Amino acid sequence: MESNFYEKDKLLVFKITNEIDDCSVQKIRGRADYEIERYMPKRVVFDFDSVTFMDSAGIGLIIGRYKFANMIGAKLEVTNLTQSVKKIFDMSGILKLIPVTDLTIDKRSTKV
Amino acid sequence: MKEVFENEMKLEFISKSSNEAFARITIAAFVSQLDPNIEELADIKTAVSEAVTNCIIHGYENKQGIVKIVSKLKDNEIIIEISDNGKGIENIDIAKEPLYTTKPNLERSGMGFTIMESFMDKIDVESIVGLGTKITMRKTIKSHSENEDEFEIITKD
Repeated sequence: MESNFYEKDKLLVFKITNEIDDCSVQKIRGRADYEIERYMPKRVVFDFDSVTFMDSAGIGLIIGRYKFANMIGAKLEVTNLTQSVKKIFDMSGILKLIPVTDLTIDKRSTKV
Repeated sequence: MKEVFENEMKLEFISKSSNEAFARITIAAFVSQLDPNIEELADIKTAVSEAVTNCIIHGYENKQGIVKIVSKLKDNEIIIEISDNGKGIENIDIAKEPLYTTKPNLERSGMGFTIMESFMDKIDVESIVGLGTKITMRKTIKSHSENEDEFEIITKD
């Protein structure tokens, strides 16, 4: 997983590059929570563009991060959902709670 | 007369979560003989991943055990049996309910059975407390017969 923090917008972006299952999710979770606490962002976005596989572990991952982000006053969003990722999120109903956004990053915004 | 296509495989591995990817990729390779489309393949991989995860997390509760998979191809259908000798399920109806989980602290969503039921054509769960659980899933590969039709048309020309 790659993560980038944009100071100006207080935006933290996680680009997930692994397959998401019960095995990989443990690492992703630890890393994401660490970065969220470190940067205290206002917006957290999970980018699924490079996700080639996801099972229900992905639902737990996103609900868990949603709660954690809420706790520190940040908004959680998801972007670039592939067809199979969307199918699983749709089934769980979490997209009623978590917005799907088009992520456009201000080029002037500095990466930290 | 059309010959019925049949094949069978067996797989056994220890209940490590790193074997979840191994299991679903192996089944994906096996079912590829029926020429599934990308969506059917993704559905089967996801259902296998859910069932194997259940064996590891719930059946064996992360202690070491053996997960067994038997898979059969018959005509254009895949049948997958996934079993463990773990603790078993006390009430299958409750376990199958969407969002029900015995392990919310692990951030489990409780969607495993719901996904298996909607991604496969049929699932059967047999479980005996203290002895283990066996899940049997079936899916007809619809794109398989479509491909055959195309092939027939080409050969007639």
